[in-house]
Amino acid sequence: MRDETTEGPATGPTAGQASGSASTEDPRYRPEGIHDAFVEGSTGRPGERPGPAPTVPALGWKGTLRWTWRQLTSMRVALMLLMLLAVAAVPGSVLPQRPQDPAAVLRYLQDHPTAGEWLDRLGFFDVYSSVWFSAIYLLLFVSLVGCILPRTHAHLQALGARPPRTPRRFERFGVHARVVTDAAPDAVVEAAAHHLRGRVRWLPTFRVETRVEEPLAARGSTPARPAARTVAAERGYLRETGNLVFHLSLVGLLIAVALGQLLHYRGQAIVTEGRGFANAVVDYDTFENGAWFRPSSLVPFSMTLDSFEAEFSQDALAFAQSRDFTAHVTVRDPGGDSHPETIKVNHPLTAGGAKIYLQGNGYAPEVTVRDADGEVAFSGRVPFLPEDTMYTSQGVIKVPDVSPGLDQIGLVGSLLPTAELSEDGTTARSVYPQPLNPLLVLEVYSGDLGLDEGLPQNVYRLDTEDLDAAVDDAGERVKLLVAPGETVDLPDGTGTITFESLPRYVALDLRHDPSLTWVLVFALGALGGLAVSLFTPRRRVWVRTWREDDGTGPETRPTAADDGGDRSSPAGRTVVEVAGLARGDDAGLQGQVDSLLAALPGVAPSTEGDLTHQTSPGEPGRRKADR
Amino acid sequence: MTVAELSQDLVWAAATALTVALVAFAIDLSRLTKQHDDREAELASRERTGALTAAVGTSSGAAYGPDAAGAGATTEAPVSRKAANIGISLTWLGAGLLLIAIVTRGIAAGRTPWANMYEFTLVGSFVALAVFLGVSTRRDVRFLGSFVTGLATLFLVLAQNVFFIAATGVQPALQSYWLVLHVGVAITATGIFTVAFVTSVLQLLRDSREAGSAVLGARGWRWLDSTPTPTQLEALSFRLNSVAFVLWTFTLIGGAIWAEHAWGRYWGWDPKEVWSFVVWIVYAAYLHARTTRGWSGRRAAYFVVVGYACVLFNFTGVNLIFNGKHSYSGLDSTT
Repeated sequence: MRDETTEGPATGPTAGQASGSASTEDPRYRPEGIHDAFVEGSTGRPGERPGPAPTVPALGWKGTLRWTWRQLTSMRVALMLLMLLAVAAVPGSVLPQRPQDPAAVLRYLQDHPTAGEWLDRLGFFDVYSSVWFSAIYLLLFVSLVGCILPRTHAHLQALGARPPRTPRRFERFGVHARVVTDAAPDAVVEAAAHHLRGRVRWLPTFRVETRVEEPLAARGSTPARPAARTVAAERGYLRETGNLVFHLSLVGLLIAVALGQLLHYRGQAIVTEGRGFANAVVDYDTFENGAWFRPSSLVPFSMTLDSFEAEFSQDALAFAQSRDFTAHVTVRDPGGDSHPETIKVNHPLTAGGAKIYLQGNGYAPEVTVRDADGEVAFSGRVPFLPEDTMYTSQGVIKVPDVSPGLDQIGLVGSLLPTAELSEDGTTARSVYPQPLNPLLVLEVYSGDLGLDEGLPQNVYRLDTEDLDAAVDDAGERVKLLVAPGETVDLPDGTGTITFESLPRYVALDLRHDPSLTWVLVFALGALGGLAVSLFTPRRRVWVRTWREDDGTGPETRPTAADDGGDRSSPAGRTVVEVAGLARGDDAGLQGQVDSLLAALPGVAPSTEGDLTHQTSPGEPGRRKADR
Repeated sequence: MTVAELSQDLVWAAATALTVALVAFAIDLSRLTKQHDDREAELASRERTGALTAAVGTSSGAAYGPDAAGAGATTEAPVSRKAANIGISLTWLGAGLLLIAIVTRGIAAGRTPWANMYEFTLVGSFVALAVFLGVSTRRDVRFLGSFVTGLATLFLVLAQNVFFIAATGVQPALQSYWLVLHVGVAITATGIFTVAFVTSVLQLLRDSREAGSAVLGARGWRWLDSTPTPTQLEALSFRLNSVAFVLWTFTLIGGAIWAEHAWGRYWGWDPKEVWSFVVWIVYAAYLHARTTRGWSGRRAAYFVVVGYACVLFNFTGVNLIFNGKHSYSGLDSTT
């Protein structure tokens, strides 16, 4: 993003900013945030970019290209892209999104057929992968790179720059002071340079340069001045460094995230107590991976869920709220060693280079269904999905493998971990998530389940269109109530169902993303760069000191300033002028100048000195006279 | 009385102290306004009689400008700021009571006291007050008092009446030290954004008044004349916003790390994540706007207003309207 302020201040004369070292004498620095072109003005090079080019005469395709590039890398366009990105992100939070909740998208499409179709066509159900969203952030990054690379180049060159020349007049600066001292100018210069460099030798606070100035004759309103010693100091080069690190880190972040998308894989498995799975693509219920993933990279470990513990709150304030989930597992390494582990929410297990997360849990009642002939038609564990805090869970038992000639059976209903029957005994509900009094409440369907057609079906839903519901004599749907250990007859003599036991299941999520480290590194780089660029003050401080005779003006009897100064001379005194200039509003500039003055040898408040002024607009000042 | 009830009563006590502080600050502003008027009248009469004094030119930014002390000395004794000082003391009291309320809440719940919307509001209000008081120990920002205490009172009353839920433990997903870091920093950032927002709104109002706006030119808005100049307000707002922006960046990064631990992905475009991202983008745009010719000053302040609106929506709207992984308000049946 091009810093347009480098092309001249918004108001007032522009000469100072545009032409090299002259800008150092221009105190009209506009406040700036993270963009800071202070350095360019001080290097003595003309601004590398010519003036603003909002209207360029037709220059052929080359000119048009250059104009487009200029526009794209201009701050104004970058600003618009930023705001556009913010606006474009919003629909993703309002409309259901396919990657997050595909079922909700289907519901939305059913409820809003016309609008939904158009929204779907325009990518509103997958906003963050849509063409328009991608276009905005890619343009933004192109704009960013187009701005940052030239700035990095300029900054690298400016890193070796010398502090700017000491301006002729200090009075024009917002913060300046004039004091007298008994110490010689050389001692003053040395003390000032020492103070400004700071204690740490290898990381000086200020870059300092001391110089010698020839005497000056009076010119205009400027009085004449004898030969003087000066100190020119500048700090805050890190500000631009931080700014560049921040923006380059954002580019790195984008690349790392994109690489992660290509290399990652993610598998989901539902595992019941006592059972396990092996780390192979076929063993997962769902598996998705990036384009550069190779199945051979999966480490062939296996894992068994030994037990699962759940704790729920029992106090009245938050009754039945979950408090703790722990999955006790045994991991078997490819080498054959096995070791017990635990997986908890917030504490994923690392195995085979991937992380295994505990994403959900519930009950998977083990049931056996016998058909009318008494043959076992189904036996197994069926995961039921919890739907509320009491773990009222919905599930479907599909029984396709009945004896020849019989109708297939489908059972739909809910599992109540702690069932409580209503007073008339017709309805039941769960009152606690732990399995204190489990009960299966099932409706029975018979007919063709449609499983033989080879079409994939949702295991948690029963398509009842072609099925007949079992009804009692009064025409009401039959509801079977089955407790653990019980065997209940299915209606119309179609068979029996036995509720064998109630194991728990966990939903595990295995993920591997090799880019994670880099994502973190660049994110922290961005954070650090941002903090440095926002909080590093950008300041220049100048000191000019000379010797003059007591009681006489400098214009009458100039003295050599660099003669070592005669400290014992009762007739002479050393005048010290200090000026400070900050980039943008800088609350600490006054303090910087004050502490510099305090560090000078022999400085005492005098009638002439102590003219410390504070007229910077960014400094509201402190006034608490009446407190 | 249980510890939980004590906490609730302390919040009411804090709200009461802050309400009185609000009144005190308002009285102070009106006094400053009166003094300002008097000085204007005095200057006008002097000019009429031709008795020009050194005080000319000190009329704008009367009480807070850098030359205010000089102006006060040459024309009259400085106006009494007793009311403002009472306001500051009461704000300290309110903030102290609120802090105890938050601590007792934590004791009652047996965990970090910022895990749901109610607690977030309490702590956020406290941070806003603390930032105001902290800045006021270094420079004179008493003009902000009525607005910061007003907002804090409003938030506290809303929290007590709308967001309240009983103090209790949290679900496994929240049992992590990241609750302290991620949410704690998010609340701090929100508190600072609040103070910066107040500053920027004052900047816009004052700027409009100086530009001769018909509405803001009315006498009812005279108190604006005793606030700092728009440039000073802008500088203060920027400083606060840049601190809050860095904290918000940390909130996003910390949240991503936590999400990686808890949910297995560092970024999943959950509604809360979307809106936190939007907030970040808007404030990033603000920082850039500040350095762009033609966008600094007034226009940049509008970014602050938009950004703070997003912060508020991210806190209220996303918690209450959308159903995402960050639904921890505890106010509805979502788990």
